[in-house]
Amino acid sequence: MSDRTVIKTGLTLAAIAAICTALVAATYQLTEERIAANQKALLEKALQPALAGVFYDSSVSESRLVVQPPHELPGNDAAIVYRVFAEQAPVAALFAVTARDGFSGPIRILVGIGFDGTVTGVRILEHRETPGLGDKIESSRTDWIFQFDGRSLGDPKVTAWAIRDDGGDFDQLTGASVTPRAVVHAIRDTLLYFDSHRDEIFSLEASGEGE
Amino acid sequence: MTSGGFIERLQSGLWRDNPGLVQLLGLCPLLAVTTTFVNGLGLGAATLIVLTCSNALVSATRRWIRQEIRIPIYVLIIASLVTCIELIFKAWFPTLDRSLGIFIPLIVTNCAIVARAEVFASRNSIGASIADGIGMGAGFAMLLMAIGAFRELVGQATILSRLDMITGGEHFDGFSFADSGLLLAILPPGAFFSLALAVALKNYVDRRRRISRGTTRSRSLGRSQQ
Repeated sequence: MSDRTVIKTGLTLAAIAAICTALVAATYQLTEERIAANQKALLEKALQPALAGVFYDSSVSESRLVVQPPHELPGNDAAIVYRVFAEQAPVAALFAVTARDGFSGPIRILVGIGFDGTVTGVRILEHRETPGLGDKIESSRTDWIFQFDGRSLGDPKVTAWAIRDDGGDFDQLTGASVTPRAVVHAIRDTLLYFDSHRDEIFSLEASGEGE
Repeated sequence: MTSGGFIERLQSGLWRDNPGLVQLLGLCPLLAVTTTFVNGLGLGAATLIVLTCSNALVSATRRWIRQEIRIPIYVLIIASLVTCIELIFKAWFPTLDRSLGIFIPLIVTNCAIVARAEVFASRNSIGASIADGIGMGAGFAMLLMAIGAFRELVGQATILSRLDMITGGEHFDGFSFADSGLLLAILPPGAFFSLALAVALKNYVDRRRRISRGTTRSRSLGRSQQ
């Protein structure tokens, strides 16, 4: 190729790259607002089930708090806490934590805890457990995850926060014990953390919106 | 390869040279997302749009593109289109986007798309390239939907579950036929079995057609052939 063709070819490439970038930028402009609104709606909707029976008037997604590791919560990455208020008074906290001891990959769990330390609801946010076995922890598949509603650290006592196979108080799933064990332990550890850090959690400034 | 008429291009994509059944291209998304009909439809539609637009753009720019830089340009065009589709899905079909996850951005790596750009769109007119994109895209989408519907029916004994991801509205669990299905169909091996069955079915139909055509031809010589 002569120098001229090289330059011409380079310019063609640059022109097409510019056109493609413009196309993506235009689409981004067009969809940006909707995507942000969707994500917020999705988050509020995803958080709600873990707040069964709790009256609140605050925007849950705006009270986000990031707890950086090292912390005593399940998982070794940053945990997210959403504070829930009614007339400025704290009523509950939602913890998005990660159980690392599942059967395949991390299990992301949303644990709702009322101000008095009782569980207001637990939901699985994300997991890669075996379809048909471990995925029964999902609220849409079985009602296994509902057995934690209304329980707390004294009910049952800390040592009984385990599956029946391990001498605990909670049901396991047919054909799967690793997954339920990981979930029960994650909820127990979250309750323990809430018990010792409650005032600190509600007094900190929000770390801004996100996710 | 001849450009042919619009109908012929559609026939080629939908059946004769179906990208999934005959060329066996784009198998990764095909096997991964076809757990339900709706997932198959979602990814199929996204692929169809990307393939049609990329064929049109590659064909429109084919006069200015030198041989040496054609691959980076295909990559640019396809990657931009896929990014746009991903944004559009996130904005208008957020639940479907979450369900398909990484496989929307991964349309970039679907060899069926770059193969059509290289083999067809870079050598044919815009009209023929769009027809080819629609034919091949629809062929791929139909296969995704067929395998999705099959795996959903066998694996969880429902059909059209989570249709709300496309139409909006209330959570819809689909029409159920039994309490539970044959789990194998939903698991990854089920995807391979389903694809194998689909390929076998196509070969069987083609064979039957060839045989019956052969006998009619020998019986009535001279009659015009389709």
